[in-house]
Amino acid sequence: MAESYYAKAEKHVHPNADAHDGEHGSLGSLREYVVGFVLSVILTAIPFWLVMSGAIEDKQTTALVIMAFAIVQIVVHMIYFLHMNTKSENGWTVMALIFTIVLVIITLAGSLWVMFHLNTNMMPMTHDMGQLP
Amino acid sequence: MTATTINAQSNLSPDQLRAAFYELEEHHHPEGGSTMLGFWIYLMSDCLIFAMLFAAYGVLGGNLAAGPGPKDLFDLKLIALNTAMLLFSSITYGFAMLAMEKNDRARTQLWLLVTAAFGAAFLFIELYEFSHLIHEGATPMRSGFLTAFFSLVGTHGLHVTFGLIWLFTLVIQISKKGLIPANKRRLMCLSLFWHFLDVIWIGVFTFVYLMGML
Repeated sequence: MAESYYAKAEKHVHPNADAHDGEHGSLGSLREYVVGFVLSVILTAIPFWLVMSGAIEDKQTTALVIMAFAIVQIVVHMIYFLHMNTKSENGWTVMALIFTIVLVIITLAGSLWVMFHLNTNMMPMTHDMGQLP
Repeated sequence: MTATTINAQSNLSPDQLRAAFYELEEHHHPEGGSTMLGFWIYLMSDCLIFAMLFAAYGVLGGNLAAGPGPKDLFDLKLIALNTAMLLFSSITYGFAMLAMEKNDRARTQLWLLVTAAFGAAFLFIELYEFSHLIHEGATPMRSGFLTAFFSLVGTHGLHVTFGLIWLFTLVIQISKKGLIPANKRRLMCLSLFWHFLDVIWIGVFTFVYLMGML
């Protein structure tokens, strides 16, 4: 029984030992960079072409398609250039990333939502504000 | 389970028991061992700055104040060229990292300088675009749209500027001290920073330029 406590105490001394070994792998390989670059070029060229040529008639559809391309390209950059994976730094980089994505979504969606409604509700300013109860 | 029960079961000395329950020695931290995680968290906070600037652009982007709009101002060919510069700089930085891994000092410096050239080209094109806009009277003071536009794109440009300064600093440090572990760590931080700026630029060209021209 006590042996396991010893093992635990021993492990505590070098908590980053594994993470340190993995650091060399996080630099990526030539193949990784080239694949990432080719994918980025394709994912950049298509939205530019879509907008510049007006290939899709409907603007709403074009907007949704280029947004989808942007999201895919961001993921490609994260994996091939920033070398994100769930194991680096014992998973803390991914935790920080997920937390940030949640905050970014709240910031963007919240701001747009609130300000859109504010604009809608504040538009008619015909009455004298002093007469309001 | 308490210490007394263990003590009763096994014949451990108080010192051994203490070692089992408490950390008697300080953690051993390799120098710079937590730098990469710390820098990543800095980048995430930087990401929040950009999220707010994007939100401001989303809210104010339509407030033209009877001034020029995106369609009157943006030149997509120029933006495509700019995007290409940043993409090329991303892969050349990758080549610098690969050279660093092989401890090839000269090649690392060479690729870093190529990266700097692409980064400088990006900045030059962006400044040309800005001066062109201001010359046409589309200054940040003209409308809410232009204020938000210059804040967002300008903040990204400032990041690239500081990235360039950092890059040149590292080139000099490498030539003075070589590829020592500290310099390698700094190069890895700059790598994250540089690729992160490219990620932000994806958002900028999609939401500001491409969607503005629709």
